[in-house]
This record gives sequence, structure tokens and C-alpha cells, in this order.
Amino acid sequence: MDKNQIKEIIAKRVAKEFKDGELVNLGIGLPTLVANYISHDIDVTLQSENGFVGMGTKPRAGEEDPNITNAGALPATIKKSGAFFDSALSFAIIRGGHLDYTVLGALQVDEKGNLANWMIPGKLVPGMGGAMDLVTGAKKVIIAMTHTSRGNVKILDECTLPLTAKGQVDMIITEMGVMEITDKGIVLREINPEFTVEQVQELTFAKLIIPEDIKNMEV
Amino acid sequence: MKKRKTIAEAASLVKDGMTIMVGGFLGVGAPDRILAKLIENGVKDLTLIANDTSFVGQDYGDLIVNKMVKKAIVSHIGTNKETGNQMHSKELEVVLTPQGTLAEQIRAGGAGLGAIVTPTGLGTVVEDGKQILEIDGKRFIVEKPLRADIALIRANKADKNGNLIYDKAARNFNPIMATAADIVIVEADEIVEIGELDPNFVMTPHIFVDYIAGDDK
Repeated sequence: MDKNQIKEIIAKRVAKEFKDGELVNLGIGLPTLVANYISHDIDVTLQSENGFVGMGTKPRAGEEDPNITNAGALPATIKKSGAFFDSALSFAIIRGGHLDYTVLGALQVDEKGNLANWMIPGKLVPGMGGAMDLVTGAKKVIIAMTHTSRGNVKILDECTLPLTAKGQVDMIITEMGVMEITDKGIVLREINPEFTVEQVQELTFAKLIIPEDIKNMEV
Repeated sequence: MKKRKTIAEAASLVKDGMTIMVGGFLGVGAPDRILAKLIENGVKDLTLIANDTSFVGQDYGDLIVNKMVKKAIVSHIGTNKETGNQMHSKELEVVLTPQGTLAEQIRAGGAGLGAIVTPTGLGTVVEDGKQILEIDGKRFIVEKPLRADIALIRANKADKNGNLIYDKAARNFNPIMATAADIVIVEADEIVEIGELDPNFVMTPHIFVDYIAGDDK
């Protein structure tokens, strides 16, 4: 699998989680791709934390509006049914429990639902932006990421990097499978049929719980 | 009627050592022309309160590049490598704040609140050294309000009394900051006559605005 295929598998699977009428915030990077795979049969509203709901498709070249960008400063569009607002209202939506899903990437995530995705001490300190509010406030937190990064294992028994939030992650979706964080640990709900359970466990430094009714991940 | 200023007059109100709020999200909705003049003036030791530190080569990103800022209270610095460099060399103090907390701190500063309490940042370094309150069995971080000497605001339209309308996602932090500074200066793309803005659609009422800079329609 090349990098783009991996991203496509993850983004497609994340998109299947949403239901009609839900409000979703997609983080920058891989999570942004999820928008391309949301079924046309359902109406999902995308929020952009810089201040609007109803984010549409990427604008065509030459049709960019400098005052409509996504949270990563890339050109975006707004649907006719959308609405703009200020940053306090944007985070009232996020923190106030009005957001059904937030989808973000991670540097590390652990079996207690802890997430680290905002800094590597001494190396990379981009800042948390809206991530801490999103993870704290959204009803469901999905981590969408490659299972490992340059050979480094990212799903752990305990995060070692500074946390973005404690105990807030509900689900992890990678190219290897779909994992749910439970009180007992990480349950491997679905597995990509290209891999074995042993292979997934080998690249996961937390003991995976394998249910009897484990499903194949649609890829 | 609000006091009209030229862009240069508006920029000259910012003095060394002041705390300034600057509207914008990664540069979108920043008062570009006032900032350009401010950089030309070269004031120093500013405390910058903004969502982020934008990019090298534009608007408030260049306040950092030109070493005019001694302290930045922002949620994100990843798009301006100069911020990281100056933070590591200890030339610049950076207070990284969750974006929603920053917005509420500014709102609280303008609304006369003594503090806000938020669950965001619990169990992370954000709570270090801060008071924790337990309310109805839930834990919250106490965050103090933020105010500034001057807020630099970008509006799309201002009437001559200072009523403001923002454009699309260029609104972001602008209306909140317009409530939380001793002096509020607006750079407007267009300055229109009183009566041309429908009071139903005014986003910032004129009572918050001290000076308007920009060109007549």
C-alpha cells in the first residue's frame, strides 16, 4: 500500500461513522480528506473552527475567496445553507457539546483514551490551536492516523508526550483496523483483511482486546 | 461621530511596551495596513494577544519577525518559524493557550467577568500553576480575563459612527477583541455614511469603537 492508498482507506472508513444531520469538525491533514468520502445520501454539516458551519468542497482554481479558508489557512468554500460567526461562538459550539464528532490526527494515543498531538518537547512546538477544546468538547473523538509513523509505534499503553487531553478519545481508525477505547482497554472491532491480528498487535504497544465477533474493515 | 484617523495616525497610537490585541486567524481578517505601518514605525516590547502568529512575510507575523514582540499570548505558532526560533532563544515569551480558552478570556475581559472556568486543558500542562475549581462534582480550570491597551480590528464595512460589519471568516477574533481594549482602532475596507448599515445586521455596535481608519467609499 502506498501512502495515498493508506490515507484513502482511513478517510473512507472514518466517513462511514457519520449519520444524517450530524455536525462534524475535521482536523487538518488526513482528517480533511474524510470530507471527500461522506455519503451523498446523508446531510452532514462540517464546522471550521475559524468561524463557520457548512464548509463545502475545495474551491476551483481562480475562484478562491481570501476570506474563506479552513482552519489550516487553505482556501475553502461555504454552502448556501452555511453561516459565519466569531471565535467565541465557534468554541461555544465546540466546547458546549454541540459537535457530534471531531476527527484529528495523533502523535500518540493510549489505552486510557489519552491523546498527545500538540508538541514534542525541544523539537516541535506548534501549539494546541483548537485541538484541546475539540477533544474536550466533542461528543465523540475519532483519531484518524497511520498505524505507525516512520516505524514508530503510536498506539501505546501510556502516552509519553505532553497530553492534549486526558481520557477523551473514543475511537482510533488506522489502515490496519478500527479500535474502540473502552474501560477495559482497546478493543479491535474491525481489522483490514490484509493484516492478521498478530501483525496489528505487533505494531500496537497496548494489549488489544479481540472480540469474538471481530469484523473485516471495509477497504 | 467617531474620530477618523489615517492609517499612519492609527498606527502611531501604538507605543513601546503596550499590550495589543490583533484580530485575524492565520492572517485572515488582520488589519494589514495598520500593521504594515506599525512595522515601519518599529515599536518594541509589545505584548501580542492574537489567535496565532500568522506567517513570515505578512501582517502580525512580521511583528515577530521584526522582533517587536516580547510576549505573545496565542493558541498556535506552527506557521511562523521565527516565533519558534525566538521562543527557543528566549528572546520571546510565548504563552500557548487553547483557542477556545483564549476567545473566552478575551470575551471575559470585555464583559467584566472576573474569570472563566473551563474543562479544556485538564490533565495537561495547561492546568499547571492554575487554580482548579470543582463545581457540582466536575473539575474546571480557572482562567483569568484578558484585556489590552489597544485592539487593532479589521472590518469590512464601518459607518462613520463606528458600527461594524465583518466579511465571512475574516470575522474570527475581531468582534470579541473590539470589546476588550482601552482603545479600539478599526481598519475598515470601506467607510460608509450613517444609515447605510442596517442596524439589524451590525456585528459590532459603534459604542466599542474609538477610531476608524480607512478610505471613504
